[in-house]
Amino acid sequence: MLSPYVPIVTMFCLATLFVGASVLFSSRHIGPRRFSRTKAEAYECGIEPTPQGPGTHRFPVKFYLTAMLFIIFDIETIFIYPWAVTFGFLGVFGLVEMVLFIATVFIAYAYVWRRGGLEWD
Amino acid sequence: MPPAAPVQYLPATGVFSATWLLVLFPLIGAAVLLLGGRYTNKWGPYLGVLTPCLSFVFALFLWMAMIGRSGDSREISSTLWTWIPVNGFHVDVGYLIDPLSMTFVLLITGVGGLIHIYSLGYMAHDERIRLFFGYMNLFVASMLILVLANDYLVLYVGWEGVGLASYLLISFWYFKPEAATAGKKAFVMNRVGDVGLSLAIMTMFWAFGQTNFAAVFGGIGGAGSGVALALTLLLLLGACGKSGQFPLQAWLPDAMTGPTPVSALIHAATMVTAGVYLIARSATIYNASQDGRTAVLLVGAITLMIGAIIGCAYDDIKKVLAYSTVSQIGYMVLATGLGTAGYALGIAHLLSHGFFKSTMFLSAGSVMEGMEDTTDMRRFGALTKAMSVTHITFLCGYLAIIGIPPFSGFWTKDAIIEAAWDKGGTSGTLLAITGIVGAGFTAFYMTRLMSMTFWSKSRWRETFRPHDAPKVMLVPMGILAAGALCVGGILVIGRLLQNWLVPSVGEYTEGVRAVNPWLMSTITLIVVLFGVAGGVQGFVRRPVPTTAPVPVSPLVMAARHDLYDNAFNEAVLMRPGQWATRVLVFFDNRGVDGLVNGLAAFIGGTSGALRKLQTGFVRSYAVGILGGAVVALGALLLLRAA
Amino acid sequence: MISHLASASSTAVAAGDIKLPSISYSALSPILVVFGVACLGVLLEGFLPSRLRPQVQPVVAVLGFAAALGCVVSLAGTHELTAANAVAIDGPALFIEGTLVLFGMVSVLMFAERKADPDGGALVADAASLPGQGTHRLAARNSQTEAYPLMVFAVAGMMLFAAADNLLVMFVALEILSLPLYLLSGLARRRRLLSQEAALKYFLLGAFSSAFFLYGIAMLYGYSGTVSLQGIAVSSGLLGKTDFFLYLGLGLLGIGLLFKIGAVPFHAWTPDVYQGAPTPVTAFMSAATKIAAFGALLRVLYVSFAPTQWDWRPVVWLFAILTMVVGAIVAITQRDVKRLLAYSTIAHSGFILVGVAAATQNGISSSIFYLLAYGFTSLGAFAVVMLVRSGDGEANDLGQWQGLARRSPLLAGTFAFLLFALAGIPLTSGFTGKFVVFSAAIGGNATFLVVVALVTSAIAAFFYVKIVVLMFFQEPRAEGPVVVRGSVLTYAAVGVGIAVTLMLGIYPQPVLDLAREAAQFGFVS
Repeated sequence: MLSPYVPIVTMFCLATLFVGASVLFSSRHIGPRRFSRTKAEAYECGIEPTPQGPGTHRFPVKFYLTAMLFIIFDIETIFIYPWAVTFGFLGVFGLVEMVLFIATVFIAYAYVWRRGGLEWD
Repeated sequence: MPPAAPVQYLPATGVFSATWLLVLFPLIGAAVLLLGGRYTNKWGPYLGVLTPCLSFVFALFLWMAMIGRSGDSREISSTLWTWIPVNGFHVDVGYLIDPLSMTFVLLITGVGGLIHIYSLGYMAHDERIRLFFGYMNLFVASMLILVLANDYLVLYVGWEGVGLASYLLISFWYFKPEAATAGKKAFVMNRVGDVGLSLAIMTMFWAFGQTNFAAVFGGIGGAGSGVALALTLLLLLGACGKSGQFPLQAWLPDAMTGPTPVSALIHAATMVTAGVYLIARSATIYNASQDGRTAVLLVGAITLMIGAIIGCAYDDIKKVLAYSTVSQIGYMVLATGLGTAGYALGIAHLLSHGFFKSTMFLSAGSVMEGMEDTTDMRRFGALTKAMSVTHITFLCGYLAIIGIPPFSGFWTKDAIIEAAWDKGGTSGTLLAITGIVGAGFTAFYMTRLMSMTFWSKSRWRETFRPHDAPKVMLVPMGILAAGALCVGGILVIGRLLQNWLVPSVGEYTEGVRAVNPWLMSTITLIVVLFGVAGGVQGFVRRPVPTTAPVPVSPLVMAARHDLYDNAFNEAVLMRPGQWATRVLVFFDNRGVDGLVNGLAAFIGGTSGALRKLQTGFVRSYAVGILGGAVVALGALLLLRAA
Repeated sequence: MISHLASASSTAVAAGDIKLPSISYSALSPILVVFGVACLGVLLEGFLPSRLRPQVQPVVAVLGFAAALGCVVSLAGTHELTAANAVAIDGPALFIEGTLVLFGMVSVLMFAERKADPDGGALVADAASLPGQGTHRLAARNSQTEAYPLMVFAVAGMMLFAAADNLLVMFVALEILSLPLYLLSGLARRRRLLSQEAALKYFLLGAFSSAFFLYGIAMLYGYSGTVSLQGIAVSSGLLGKTDFFLYLGLGLLGIGLLFKIGAVPFHAWTPDVYQGAPTPVTAFMSAATKIAAFGALLRVLYVSFAPTQWDWRPVVWLFAILTMVVGAIVAITQRDVKRLLAYSTIAHSGFILVGVAAATQNGISSSIFYLLAYGFTSLGAFAVVMLVRSGDGEANDLGQWQGLARRSPLLAGTFAFLLFALAGIPLTSGFTGKFVVFSAAIGGNATFLVVVALVTSAIAAFFYVKIVVLMFFQEPRAEGPVVVRGSVLTYAAVGVGIAVTLMLGIYPQPVLDLAREAAQFGFVS
């Protein structure tokens, strides 16, 4: 009865083991460790971290704005995937609906862009 | 009494189907003037004058059309739209135009139009003249709704409308404290009367299921004497409030703080006679209750004496005229109390009063205009030469009100006294004597007024330059004075008005005790001449002091205090209320709650307690929602089980 | 023709199993037009120079509403389900859509008022700013123009809310209408902190109630296997099912709806939010949100739960009584005019619930008539509140309204008339509204409820008359309010309020007929 789930559980265990082994174990014991000032900072992808007051652990609201914008477009993609899969069946009807959907999101995008929502500073 | 036949009105055809235009003209005027703001300042007053005149012209058309119809097809009614259409309660907005309402429409628009023209001159220097005409138009429109209604509920709308307009116009100069107070007083005392009318309407709805005239008049015969008596008394209470009848007369003299054209139009010629209209219109109801008619007679007789006595004591020219209005309306109410013998006579006196009293008010306004707005008659005197035209018009009104032939009042007032005598029995004799004595008092105080104002020696300051008013005021005065001269005779001689009103108030019936009319008139005239002689003796021959003498007889003292009516109202209505409040407060302060606290305190307390739940914290609101959710779910699931 | 589109099946769905939904764009046109105008407003915000926006945005909004009204009129008589049975276009839906569009138009007039406040409109441009911050003075000069598209979005959501025939669509519509309102509540130019607090409270409690709503949907789905309103009605008629989840679902769903309506005990947000929100927004919420929420409540109760009406009607009675009584009684001790009007809307919700509880066709027609009448009166009253000011904000303390008639008799008279309408005095729309609602309740055998309603009306009349007495019969205070000269827009809003109130009081027949026709065939099913 539970047979369909057995492979899933097995896969899940294997994946956990793999991640644990590769990321945590191997990198700590095999890789070289050279520390620098840049590496010690919160984001080491080249962007200067936003200055914070001493003793606070708050993030500026800008991060949330960016995150929210990301979610909107992320969800847009999620909707596009199943549509693409059934495109042949849905035909013109699906195309019209999807164009409406994308247009709506595009309007939001244009607004965000024009009003400076995409600028960091 | 046999049950009355179902009342049928003819449907409106031809020009009558446009009767609503009568109301529309002044209504548009009021809307434009009140909503138009300062943009209409320039031409607004002229529009305000035009609209009642248009209505008057149209009313003349309708009148001619009505004369062209035969006597039994002059009652025309039509429905404009359905106001409240719910099952079981159905009110149509419609109109009834018959000889009675036709008469009133002519009076309102005719006299009203003339007074509007007069106001152009009188109010010329007031910067809020546009607003004044707006209110006046509102008044005319409401008054026309009142007299054209075919349903008591619609009549009530007009009734409240004229009350509103009257209130606004009394306190038109609201920056004067006495004007604001007078407006408030009129408002409150009118409410007391309005309670009567609204209770009457509720009684009709309860008894007949409908409030339109046809249903009420048709059903009154089969409704039993209790309902008829209740209706007559309640309607009488309404009439007392609006018409300044005993015991609700005190607001009318105070209302004289309004502009004089207002006093002439609303508080002399038209609105205050609405009570008489209400009784005459409800003739069918009053015919069904002998006791109700007796109450009307009593109120009329008391009021006419009270008004005449108090009128002798005042020195303010407008207040004297106001009390004479109270007294004259007393005559009209008395006449309507006589039943079918008197309805038409009451209306006849109403019409002639409309002319002579507005003549006198407008003339008084002209005197005030010339005397820098003084109203104290002790400061007048010797104005005959300086204001010759005003003197002549005032004289016409004076001769008319005291009843010197051939002026209007002679015909209409004597007819009422005669009809009262003809009623027969002790009551008839007493009523007739009251009427005659009242006429004597009237002659006295009116002569006093004329003497102090025109005929005695001059008592005004040197700086005054008395002069006649401008033409725009004099012409309406002249036309109304001509009316005061001849209207009464035209209406009464040959029973013109009695016959005209037959469709509305029923066939005219003779009294049981016939008397030679000339004998009656001669007696009255002699009493009147005594009154005149007294006035001349006291106020022309002897010098008039410029301040009122203080040591006077108790009767004069009482008259100066409005016969203690204000004190009476205070003692009967206000004091017990105050005592009740004090008692409640006393108990409340002692912490005796429960029964004594009263409903208001209970609700207030509940409110305060519930208010504490509104803490402002989101968390407690959320708890409230959660609690509500539990209750809702619990109730639903419990009910499901049940 | 019941489609269980949303009902999931446990097996994998092949493409061939899906039926393409038919969408009648014409039937949806009023909603689509309003959504389109909202999107256009967003684009204008992005691309129009800031000095042109305050002029262009209101015009676009009003024209859009006018176009939507045209669509509604052309659809008169439509009675159909569309978009995979998710949206019902029927008499009540069209009546409510038309009314909402009219409310929207009047509200835009009040949003666009920029003369009454010396610094510009009632809405501040920078919602995050606090008084005293460096940026505040600068931001204060600017007017908020995003408010227009937000408001239009809210109207679109409301239209969809009242027309949704599917609980999921209804939930989406609920969020579309709520989110803009949360934002708008926080935009008041004066008394910033109060406004921001109101917005946050509204948001938190709104989210809380949405959760109930969603949980209710889940329960109903669990019971009937569908989220379509008719589907639920059909399954509730089937025997052999335990109806525990049905009533659990109804209760939870109802809480979400009663929250929006402001029924006691879900009303606590109303006074705080009405007081804190900018007055045009308050006016808009009091008129529009109410009719939309009642539209949805009527649809849920009359479509899904018609077979079980004997079980839920007593519960509606209970909430109607609670709402009327608490609203009317607590209003008595209020000192702030906006809070007082808030409690008055609560009491009015109770009166409308009396009509809803009738569960007859008259229940529909009387409720929607009442909502229309009440909305216009309320809009007019709040427009008057905008014009009475002291210092640089509105004079909301009732003490400051003392003796207003001495300073501005016309305005005081106008307000008094609107209060009389709220109290239900004859010759105003309030009387007609109460009359039809109460007669519907009597027709639905709820006479007891009507007696309670009449007693509450008397209590409520007390505090309306108290304000009239305050304005007309008391001496003005030295620091009393100033009645400012607004622009013609606010006067127009007051004028419309007065005109409709008077018209529906004197000659209600055409609108009553319209409401009756709208309700004639009931909800489409």
